[in-house]
Amino acid sequence: MFESFDATMLARMQFAFTVSFHIIFPAFSIGLASYLAVLEALWLWKKDEVYLELFNFWKTIFAVTFGMGVVSGIVMSYQFGTNWSVFADKAGPIIGPLMGYEVLTAFFLEAGFLGVMLFGLNRVGPRLHFFATTMVAIGTLISATWILSANSWMQTPAGFAMNGAGQFMPVDWWAIIFNPSFPYRLVHMVLAAYLTTAFVVGACGAWHLLRQTAPRRARTMFSMAMWMAAIVAPIQILAGDQHGLNTLEHQPAKVMGMEGHFESHPDGAPLVLFGIPNSAEKRIDYAIEVPKLGSLILKHDLDAPLAGLDTVPAELHPPIAVIFWSFRIMVGIGLAMLGIGLWSLWCRYRGTLDSDLWLHRAAVLMGPAGFVAVLAGWVTTEVGRQPYTVYGHLLTANSVAPIEAPAVSASLLAFIIVYFFVFGAGTFYILRLMARLPRDTMPELDEGPIRAAGVAHGPASATSHGAHHGL
Amino acid sequence: MDFDLPLIWAAIIAFAVLAYVVLDGFDLGVGILFPLFPEKHDRDVMMNSVAPVWDGNETWLVLGGGGLMAVFPLAYATVLPALYAPIIAMLIGLIFRGVAFEYRWRTKRAEFLWNWAFAGGSMLAAFAQGIALGALVQGIPVENRAYAGSWWDWLTPFSIVTGIAIVVGYALLGATWLVMKTHGDLADRARTIALRCCFATVGAMGVVSLWTPFLEPVYLQRWFGWPTAIFSVIVPLLVLGCLYLLIKGIRDRYDAQPFVAALGLFLLGYIGIGISFYPYMVPPSLTIWEAAAPPESLAFLLAGALVLVPIVLAYTGYAYWVFRGKVDPEEGYH
Repeated sequence: MFESFDATMLARMQFAFTVSFHIIFPAFSIGLASYLAVLEALWLWKKDEVYLELFNFWKTIFAVTFGMGVVSGIVMSYQFGTNWSVFADKAGPIIGPLMGYEVLTAFFLEAGFLGVMLFGLNRVGPRLHFFATTMVAIGTLISATWILSANSWMQTPAGFAMNGAGQFMPVDWWAIIFNPSFPYRLVHMVLAAYLTTAFVVGACGAWHLLRQTAPRRARTMFSMAMWMAAIVAPIQILAGDQHGLNTLEHQPAKVMGMEGHFESHPDGAPLVLFGIPNSAEKRIDYAIEVPKLGSLILKHDLDAPLAGLDTVPAELHPPIAVIFWSFRIMVGIGLAMLGIGLWSLWCRYRGTLDSDLWLHRAAVLMGPAGFVAVLAGWVTTEVGRQPYTVYGHLLTANSVAPIEAPAVSASLLAFIIVYFFVFGAGTFYILRLMARLPRDTMPELDEGPIRAAGVAHGPASATSHGAHHGL
Repeated sequence: MDFDLPLIWAAIIAFAVLAYVVLDGFDLGVGILFPLFPEKHDRDVMMNSVAPVWDGNETWLVLGGGGLMAVFPLAYATVLPALYAPIIAMLIGLIFRGVAFEYRWRTKRAEFLWNWAFAGGSMLAAFAQGIALGALVQGIPVENRAYAGSWWDWLTPFSIVTGIAIVVGYALLGATWLVMKTHGDLADRARTIALRCCFATVGAMGVVSLWTPFLEPVYLQRWFGWPTAIFSVIVPLLVLGCLYLLIKGIRDRYDAQPFVAALGLFLLGYIGIGISFYPYMVPPSLTIWEAAAPPESLAFLLAGALVLVPIVLAYTGYAYWVFRGKVDPEEGYH
């Protein structure tokens, strides 16, 4: 396997590594920015301090996340040039302006108002401050819009012509921006970001409910997060289904790989639940299948024929095993999220949302699930695009910079060391911030051992704190 | 109507890079000066003086990179491989100093670590940017739409001098920024440092300016041939004027004048490079027009830039206005 570690492979590894780290932060900050705007709006509207306290708590976590997103994002904006310069030259006239608009409409907006949001409440007053928070939230969504448009264009290119130098020339910007897969990807990603954030917030709330610290704040954030899960998880599954149909139409080989269909099925394809893809023998070993369900999901018809990878030349197959597994991880987590959402509705109906320990434990366990699902989803779509950078038009092997392998491997090694150190520390600080949710009352006890100070744990103290706040 | 779109875009990119250099220049400079201020309290104030704005400052770098790919893709695709090592070093420096803004407040035990990350990252980023500038000025060979040099071409005595010059220059911007934004003892020490840095900066500018014309015949022609030689008289005179205002501003204890004069020095140095470069995008290989994207791309992004850049400048100005005046040591969200 190591003989394939040429400059192209190393550049791909470097891109995969840096972009995987990077996507974690936007996935969290898109959702968190909207959550902060909602919290501040609720505070201004209901004049209830608990929302301001939650706002300040998550604001600090947002700041750390956003900082990591910015620095890992700068790496991305230069990597097209350092490692993928032929791609930059050829696709730059189309991808470049989309990213240019991202900077002009989103990055400056976020960065300009971030300082006011983090430091400015006392300087500008609550209304202007809320405006700044809203601008940051809108900025993250605009950013997602442009970057998903650029990525979608690489998956389903449209609105272009080729010139003599082999460059993609824009012909119709409307067709480029609103390329065939863009709306599906944008919706799928933004919902994923919201779900990811909901499960982090929910895990944090559940953790504090289990530990019975700051019960009111923990209850509020847990309840908000569970509403989000219950409402968004089913919508996300619908959106994912629609996205799958779109991918089948435009990138059939990707779907064949995801679903594990090495062979064509003329009269209804099964759904492969599990199995081990065997690319050499072109079959799925130990497959557990449900007959006809594949056609039902992908064509919404039990008997619809489905083409398999046997209709695609082998050199144009994406790496099957990778996308077969990453797709199953994503879908599995999505279904688990749906389960938690429904469970929370049931508990809410029975009035046990704040007391169902097993729901709280499950929510804590599911805290990082969104990140895993987002990564798995991106692996599915990006690896599934192979062997192309611009699907059907520009091969990955023809996109790479004329950089020698030692230079790429040295920089890859440097990024790995730096990223694990820097973002490992950041994750540690964020987890510690989450664990230190201050108590509603008696701030003097924040740092000290609470039992020693004579404050009893348990429902009694929670109730008295709640009563104190007029619950 | 016949607009020279590549030329307009060259001007916009030049503006974005200048905005980056002066804005991130002073906040990188604050990081570079960190080792000279060992007191925790001073360091807290220094960091808080740039914390609300550094992120916006760095966005200009993303505009420079992303914008270059959009409007001069061939320049982007040839310059970045040529400057591979300095670019990677710069990115790693920016990672360390960028996260330090948040991490440093989250730990007592490891605070020293993030002090180092902030100072070291700022120095590394500044030095790498200076090296990259020097390597670009000394020329990048291009053949068949690709970089045609070897992997260590960027490392020369000239590029090391430009690297040092940028570190010293950013330190000057940082010191004059601190003079403007802080009180008392901290501001006084910043004045002393600013004074030293301004002589070092002008000295470095002098060395680089005298060296540059001999790197490429076209630069020599530009600086000593008629009529462009007019600039080689005017620019140094203006540099001396800025130097005078800078020293006088420090001596007379003005708050803003030293910073503005330091910005003036940077502007003049930048104009000097521009005079040498024109009409090249990647000297001596690609002109502005050879490196430009197709007109459809240039026009599409220009339509947005003409509307959006003024808006960006307006709210960036507002953000600076919100945090105007001296830093209150007691303030901060931490």
